[in-house]
Amino acid sequence: MAAAMNPTVVFSARGLTKIYRMGEVEVPALRGIDLDLYRGELVVLLGPSGSGKSTLLNILGGLDTPTDGEVWYLEQKLSGASDRELTRFRREHVGFVFQFYNLIPSLTARENVAAVTEISARPMAPEEALRLVGLGERLDHFPAQLSGGEQQRVAIARAIAKNPAVLLCDEPTGALDSHTGVVVLEALERVNRELGTLTVLITHNAGIAEMADRVIRLSDGRIVEVRANAVKKPARELAW
Amino acid sequence: MRALDVKLLRDLWHLRGQALAIAAVIMGGVATLVMSLSTYDSLVLTRDRFYADYRFAEVFALLKRAPESLADQLREIPGVERLETRVRAGVKLEVEGFADPVTGLIFSLPDEAEAELNRLHLKRGRLPEPYSPDEAVLTDTFADAHGLKPGDHLAAIINGRWKRLTIVGVAVSPEYVYQIAPGAMFPDFKRYGVLWTSRHTLASAYDMQGAFNSLALTVAPGTPVQAVIDRLDALLARYGGTGAFGRADQFSNRFLSEELKQLRTTARIFPAIFLGVAAFLLNVVVSRLIALQRDQIAILKAFGYPHMSIGLHYVKLVLLVTLVGVAAGVGLGAWFGQGLAVVYQETTFRFPYLDYRLRGEVVLIALAVGMLASLSGALMAIARAVRLPPAEGMRPETPVVYRATFIERLGLQRHLSQPSRMILRHSERRPVKSALTVLGIACACALMMVGNYQKGAIDFMIDVQFRQAAREDLAVTFLDPTAGRALNELKALPGVYHVEGYRNVPAVLRFQHYSYRSALYGIEPEGVLHRSLDSRLKPLTLPPEGVVLTDHLAREILHVEPGDILTVEVLEGRRPVLEVPVIGITKQYLGVSAYMRQDALNALMREGPVVSGAYLGLMPEAEGQVYADLNRRPRVLGMVANAASIESFYATIGEFVLFYNMVATLLAASIAFGVVYNSARIALSERSRELASLRVLGFTHGEIAYILLGELAVLTLIAIPVGFLLGVGLTGILVLAFKTDLYRLPLILEPSNYALGASVVLVSALVSGLILWYRLGRLDLVAVLKTRE
Repeated sequence: MAAAMNPTVVFSARGLTKIYRMGEVEVPALRGIDLDLYRGELVVLLGPSGSGKSTLLNILGGLDTPTDGEVWYLEQKLSGASDRELTRFRREHVGFVFQFYNLIPSLTARENVAAVTEISARPMAPEEALRLVGLGERLDHFPAQLSGGEQQRVAIARAIAKNPAVLLCDEPTGALDSHTGVVVLEALERVNRELGTLTVLITHNAGIAEMADRVIRLSDGRIVEVRANAVKKPARELAW
Repeated sequence: MRALDVKLLRDLWHLRGQALAIAAVIMGGVATLVMSLSTYDSLVLTRDRFYADYRFAEVFALLKRAPESLADQLREIPGVERLETRVRAGVKLEVEGFADPVTGLIFSLPDEAEAELNRLHLKRGRLPEPYSPDEAVLTDTFADAHGLKPGDHLAAIINGRWKRLTIVGVAVSPEYVYQIAPGAMFPDFKRYGVLWTSRHTLASAYDMQGAFNSLALTVAPGTPVQAVIDRLDALLARYGGTGAFGRADQFSNRFLSEELKQLRTTARIFPAIFLGVAAFLLNVVVSRLIALQRDQIAILKAFGYPHMSIGLHYVKLVLLVTLVGVAAGVGLGAWFGQGLAVVYQETTFRFPYLDYRLRGEVVLIALAVGMLASLSGALMAIARAVRLPPAEGMRPETPVVYRATFIERLGLQRHLSQPSRMILRHSERRPVKSALTVLGIACACALMMVGNYQKGAIDFMIDVQFRQAAREDLAVTFLDPTAGRALNELKALPGVYHVEGYRNVPAVLRFQHYSYRSALYGIEPEGVLHRSLDSRLKPLTLPPEGVVLTDHLAREILHVEPGDILTVEVLEGRRPVLEVPVIGITKQYLGVSAYMRQDALNALMREGPVVSGAYLGLMPEAEGQVYADLNRRPRVLGMVANAASIESFYATIGEFVLFYNMVATLLAASIAFGVVYNSARIALSERSRELASLRVLGFTHGEIAYILLGELAVLTLIAIPVGFLLGVGLTGILVLAFKTDLYRLPLILEPSNYALGASVVLVSALVSGLILWYRLGRLDLVAVLKTRE
């Protein structure tokens, strides 16, 4: 494993705090997170709802800014960056996979991927990205003509096609049945293995954690456990 | 239902920007309706009250001269209620410090008692003392135009005799609310006036002692007016009667009626167009609102709310917005209506007072039309929403089916980026919705064109009338038909470069059961000053025999075509009844005329080459001298200067047309903005999730704005030419509706009409685009990662 031999720190967070103000009440979502994520890792963030895992992912992905603490992407400081800088960061380095796919319904599978590759510096061909997720045959189908699992795989292809350094997935199987979910996870696994993309995957499904290099468990805005899997289970053997 | 009502108010607050834009559209429609109807009602009410208060007569007759003793005989005619004889004379007037030719009419007032009919409303001063030799009352328009007041003097040339008059009063007469010089097209308050003096004074000046040459009467209720007119004509024939006529043919009244007819047409067509657009807009907005609320509706249904209460909930929402729009529209309309009524009163309907009336019915009509428009727009969408099964409603909407667009099937997609494809496919995927958006914006553009169309049309009408057809500088009317050699005298006047005589014979034109009281105009066939024009507005050479009619007179009034034989009942001299073939149609926007060659008309009348007057072409700067020379000639009864006519037209009719234009344009602009802004906001609401996803994927603010604003831009650009077509169509409807004897507006749209329509739409799109740009900057990116609620 690349991470084990010569680990390059991709994300580094220190004392990360996020407090949401809901009117007069302050709701702390993160209470001092210290975290390093390495190149090529597949990390699963586990935790019940309200544990702060989504907030952490949003801050890592440049969608949100911390109230306190620092977060670095390689040499770039993300905490305190402007909207323009964050947009550029997302565009160049981050791939997102959403729970509800969020494909553009007016574009075909190939075009959904192309929408992102057209604005990237060194993308792969959309067809290649789709082949990687097992959809080489359904290039010219519109989202309405694809099943949920297929739509999610298009979303993954869209996320990886620009060769991002990080792939952030928020409950990618949340809207899918377990069989379809496994197919999607296999796609993620393959991307992580073949492209060496740091993949962060949010779930509250402990079963999925077995395919990860490391499992980070959050509760109440704090990291309560970091566990490295000695043996990664292939996605196709997972069941829930 | 309390909770639903709270939701209602919250939704309304949340949608306040759009709700206001919709209310503005409804306001535009309702304000037009209220303004037009209340102005119309007020003027009708005021007219009727004024006519009743001042005993406006119902039948009028002019004759050469009859002994006063005839009056008793005339009063015996069955159905005559009140009858009053009077002396009426054409005058030339001299106002100190004003060199232009001024002509007018002078009427006698009874010396023994107050006038029975056509009483004067005194604005200032008093009536002349009975038998007073030099006291006169003046119409207010003329007095005001010259700043004359009781105590001032003015000279009148009556029957060739110069007479100094003292003004003792300034008044308005129901008979001369609208005053126009014979042969003129428009009122000219400075150069035409009506006066009243004691019967004794006028009779002595005009050689009418013990005689009369004009009468007015009222008819007992239940008696047909035509029966009285026929009897009167028979009795007056041997006294040189020129045919009695009712109110319908009384010039001032006819003009007021025509103007009111126009106003009523406006009150129907404009609001219909404006409210139609409002209904369409509501439909789009409400269906979109309900599409966004489908999950909420599903939850309400799952709770067990019946269809009725959910439907009612949205009906209330729509009605609240409508109510705000209607209330604002009624307020604004009443305000504009008062303004418009005052402008009318100052320019055309010179009633001495104005009863502004906003009838309760008008408010109810506005309310009903507003409600109907919005509910008809909303009900379909509401019905669709409550039909939704709750389980389906709570699921996120399945992706809509898209396909490659026509342009792409042509193989042009290589040249399109993904965002451009999104724009195209989104527009093509929902053709009905895109078409409706285009139609809405196009309607807004068309409204702008209709709103300010009249200005250009009037300019064109004036140009055709005065620079192509009636090109004389001065039209002179003689006291009586005069031998043609009088023209030589005119030609000899210094400053006159060209003279054309004309013969004018008052007559009733009849074809089958259609008839029209007008005159036959004999003009010179090769005239260079006064010409008739063909349908392409080229001068027409009059054939040697027969009559050429204005298109409106031929087709709309008499229903004749070239080849038909017209019956002409001449109203002067021997009063012959003639059969004259119709040989042509002329194009004329102002007034209606029946033209012949002058020699042909002379032959028909079995008279020598006599003329009723002359058209003069003057050298520049020569007017003053020519006026002075003509004023001294007793046979010259009236003079109308074209330049002055045009000027006075713009000062009177022009003024209220411009006022109406301004208001209509403002209201149209508010509708235009409402339509464009709402179209843009709807697009944003429908696609914010999609666009936020793209932002998460790294698209910049500018790149997602391109997708949304690009679509708005494409639809707006398509809508503008469509709007031009619609604008021409709507203007065409206006032109058809606005045909009257007095004028027909030409279907002329100037580049500035198109430019205004397009630029208001573009500015609205630009402002809406800026608002969208700002809103796109505040898209909630995190929300799209979360579960859909």
